Amino acid sequence: MRAEFTVNGEPVSIDAEPRRTLADALREDLGLTGTHLGCEHGVCGACTVLVDGEPVRSCLMFAVQADGCSVTTVEGLAGSDGTLHPLQRAFCAHHGLQCGFCTPGMLMSALYLLNREAEPSRERIRDELSGNICRCTGYTGIIDAVGAAAREIREAGSGHPVSGEAGTAPGP
Amino acid sequence: VKPPPFDYVRARSVEDAVRALAGAGGDGKIIAGGQSLVPMMALRVARPSVLVDINRIPGLSGISRSGDGGLRVGALARHAALARQREHPLLAEAASVIGHAAIRSRGTAGGSIAHADPAAELPVVAAALDAVVQVAGPGSRAGSGPGPGPGSVLGPVRDIAAKDLFVGALETALAEDEMITSVTFPFPRRWGFAEFSRRRGDFGLVTVVAAEVDDRIRIAIGGAGGVPYRPAGAEAVLAEAVQAEAVLGGTSTASAPPGGPLSPEVIDQAAASAAAEVPASGDLHGPAEFRRAMTAEFTRRALRRLAGAQVRGAA
Repeated sequence: MRAEFTVNGEPVSIDAEPRRTLADALREDLGLTGTHLGCEHGVCGACTVLVDGEPVRSCLMFAVQADGCSVTTVEGLAGSDGTLHPLQRAFCAHHGLQCGFCTPGMLMSALYLLNREAEPSRERIRDELSGNICRCTGYTGIIDAVGAAAREIREAGSGHPVSGEAGTAPGP
Repeated sequence: VKPPPFDYVRARSVEDAVRALAGAGGDGKIIAGGQSLVPMMALRVARPSVLVDINRIPGLSGISRSGDGGLRVGALARHAALARQREHPLLAEAASVIGHAAIRSRGTAGGSIAHADPAAELPVVAAALDAVVQVAGPGSRAGSGPGPGPGSVLGPVRDIAAKDLFVGALETALAEDEMITSVTFPFPRRWGFAEFSRRRGDFGLVTVVAAEVDDRIRIAIGGAGGVPYRPAGAEAVLAEAVQAEAVLGGTSTASAPPGGPLSPEVIDQAAASAAAEVPASGDLHGPAEFRRAMTAEFTRRALRRLAGAQVRGAA
């Protein structure tokens, strides 16, 4: 079954069985292996991507359901010249990752938060990332990183370096 | 694990969806948010041969006041939208603790009710408020009802009261070719919500909703038994107390000040009754006594919130 959608702004077209999850389509059909699959039943959050600007567990959505949608994955975070997104830089600087398996999902959940809220409290960050499981860091570094990225984006002014779907998401 | 193969139908209308369900010979399943169904398919405990996707059906995601004093929530209204709306604060609070952000952005009100997980939040709210579920089936094909748009066959064939809908754990009174189109949640005059879960976003081990509707305080308990449980004894304790207060104080309950008319003694008595009544059983989370103890405590918290009291450490 054919599905056409955009991934990080690029139009794509795939032909897949209806049971193909969006996560598998991204990884297997489109070669975008940045999206990780942990539990494959909606518990771990590693496969979180944005669909039309909203966070989605891509293991719980079938690729055919994304037809006509706009999908943002972790590959869409860095600039075309390889410049890392403030979130990615902050994760590096604050020990926001160790093995890195949960990181793509953490980044996309955090991106959704920062797209809506300029100055989230630590409590808000914890709450918003509660659906993403990390077995290495103890979370403190991740929460530090998201707070630091929010600060950097605020200080840089309105020039949000990578929008993902920020342009269509409701403002804070 | 990957879900087993299925045929996929993208329904354009309710009529379309009902027809596809009827054509699946009892082996079809509606997919809306998919936040419960897809994990079940991945674990192969659900193997529908036809998935009927209702996400693209227009007119099913609205949230608005209905004529008969409730909030009418379209089947496709996402938990995130329910959490954002301000008309029905009880629903907003219940929806805000469903799962996590990525689940609330996909999961739907109709899906949660149809899935009928006894530990899920919305079925407990529906049971406490005596919500009414609007259901479309093959009988609505003529399209005689006043639908929301041209070409629509909306005009539900029947309304099902929440207490009649929930039959058992993950079991409802819906026929194989019926689908929920909306749910109407009455507005409570006062309410309290208290949920005990071990981690943020988990299903509640015990979820208690206390709500005053039509001058009666109702209690619904989720997480104990196969369906949201209404403890008749506890509700009778509350009804008696409210009535006695109205007679003694010479005031109607409608003018009862915050904090009244529920005394701490009445709240304790109702909580103890609820804990004794609830069909608790032991499971991997703890023995039956543990569930009863949590039922007592969280019923107490829900009632204190309803009464307007400050609740220390309320969930």
